[in-house]
Formats: sequence, C-alpha cells, structure tokens
Amino acid sequence: MAENIVFHFDVDGEDFSSAGGASVTVKKKLRQLGIAPEYIRRVSIAMYEGEINMVIHANGGSADVIVSDDEIKIVLTDTGPGIPDVSLAMQEGYSTARDSIRSLGFGAGMGLPNMKKYTDTMEIDTELGRGTTITMTVKIA
Amino acid sequence: MHKMKLSEIVDSLSLSVVTGGIDRDFEGVYAGDFLSRAMSRVEADDLWITIMNNVNVIAVASLTDAAAILLAENVSLMPDALAAAREKDVTVLSSGLSVYELCVALGRYGTVS
Ligand SMILES: Nc1ncnc2c1ncn2[C@@H]1O[C@H](COP(=O)(O)OP(=O)(O)OP(=O)(O)O)[C@@H](O)[C@H]1O
Ligand SMILES: [Mg+2]
Repeated sequence: MAENIVFHFDVDGEDFSSAGGASVTVKKKLRQLGIAPEYIRRVSIAMYEGEINMVIHANGGSADVIVSDDEIKIVLTDTGPGIPDVSLAMQEGYSTARDSIRSLGFGAGMGLPNMKKYTDTMEIDTELGRGTTITMTVKIA
Repeated sequence: MHKMKLSEIVDSLSLSVVTGGIDRDFEGVYAGDFLSRAMSRVEADDLWITIMNNVNVIAVASLTDAAAILLAENVSLMPDALAAAREKDVTVLSSGLSVYELCVALGRYGTVS
C-alpha cells in the first residue's frame, strides 16, 4: 500500500444494545484488504473493547483506524468522565459497570487488559471531566 | 479435538437450530457469559455456549468467527439479537440442557477444549 487507509466512525453513546458496529465494519474492511487473520483478530478484540468502553463508560466518542504498511493504529477518543486511576482500571477484574450493564454480559473488568494484551503498544491519555483518548497499534510487518 | 460438523451435534444432542447453517465444522468449545472474556477466549470456528441472549453476543460471535452460539437452558434470543444474527450470518443453536450438561455431553462426544 502506498498511502495509508483511514476509517472514521462516530460511536453512539445512547445505544449500548447494538454497540460493536464500528469494530464489525473494520473487521470486514481489513479482510477485504487482505490483512492476515491473526492481525484481524487482535485488532477486532482491542477495538471492540475500546468501542464498548466508550459506549458504556463515556457516552460515546469517535474511532479512527489507520492502516499503513507496517501497522494498524486505532485511536479512540471520548469526552466522557475520564479514568481516575489508570493502573487500577488496567487490573483484571476491576469494573465500575452498573448492574443494568452487567446483566448484558459486560463488567468482567477484562476490556482494558484485553486491549493491552492483544496490541503491541497502548497509550491512555485521560483527564478527569474532560475525556479519554486511547491509542493502540498492532504491527503487521 | 478433531473437527466435527455442527450438524452432527445438532443430531446427537437434539439441539434446536434457531438460525443459520449447520454445515460447518467446529473445532473447540468455550463456555461462559462475560463478553470480554468470551471475546479473548473464543477462537475462530469454536462453539460458544452461553446463556446470554442479547444482541451483544452476536457481535462477539461475529468478531471472533465463532462457528456457532449454543444457548443453554432453553434461553431464547431477544428479537433484535435474532435479527442481528440473521444479518451477520451467525448460527445460533439452543438446548434445554444446562451449560454443565452440554459440556459433559460434548466431552463424551469427543470434544475437548
Ligand atoms: N473510556 C472510558 N472512560 C471512562 N472510564 C473508563 C473508560 N474505559 C474504561 N473505563 C473505566 O475502567 C474500568 C475498567 O474497564 P474495562 O474495560 O477493563 O472493564 P469493564 O468495561 O468494566 O468490563 P468489561 O470490559 O470486562 O466488560 C471501567 O469499569 C471504567 O470504570
Ligand atoms: Mg470494558
């Protein structure tokens, strides 16, 4: 690929019952681009978890996926409450999800750990009351 | 485990086909209800046993390329989840057995995962 391929999505914060749509679309696009299945799997997991987090914890946001020759970069930006203690939030099992959301199957406290585990780099830029930007990359070279 | 057709276990365990095709091989089995655990543990071509019936399980099954979702305890899919399964071409099976009973039955049948 000579030029980067960029996908942009607005992620709706109201409708957490059908969340995950941006990730499903990205998976399809990466398939069409001929990206290897193991990279698609890792991008799908990381992006899905980040997308869901924006929906259930931050009232929505936006997602950008940039595909270049050697990596896939995922940038998730929200204007939600921010994460007060990132190292606590990163711990497996830590969750502040409400009961109504837990009853849908969310709230295992595994989303952020999965994002870390399945990507090569992950940066969390968060400010209380301002929002959170998470940047992840998966190397594909 | 060896590969097995969905149709084989539909017959032998008397599963109902809620939607989708059953002429597909599956390779492993994962049982669990938390979506972000399933997201990382369900591998392509796995059978995923759960009692979760909302639309989010369809997204997870689709993203992980699960061979099928198997709903235990006669749980029925929510209408929007059924529509999403049809649209995304996700196979959904169901059974009156519990998750444990399904795992035992599948284990007897020769699946380990
Ligand atoms: N974008 C975000 N904005 C604000 N808080 C967040 C955001 N993402 C995560 N958090 C906080 O970090 C916690 C841990 O997130 P994580 O994704 O690991 O678990 P979870 O979303 O609670 O459950 P799971 O992802 O397993 O369904 C959340 O419960 C929430 O408090
Ligand atoms: Mg999460």
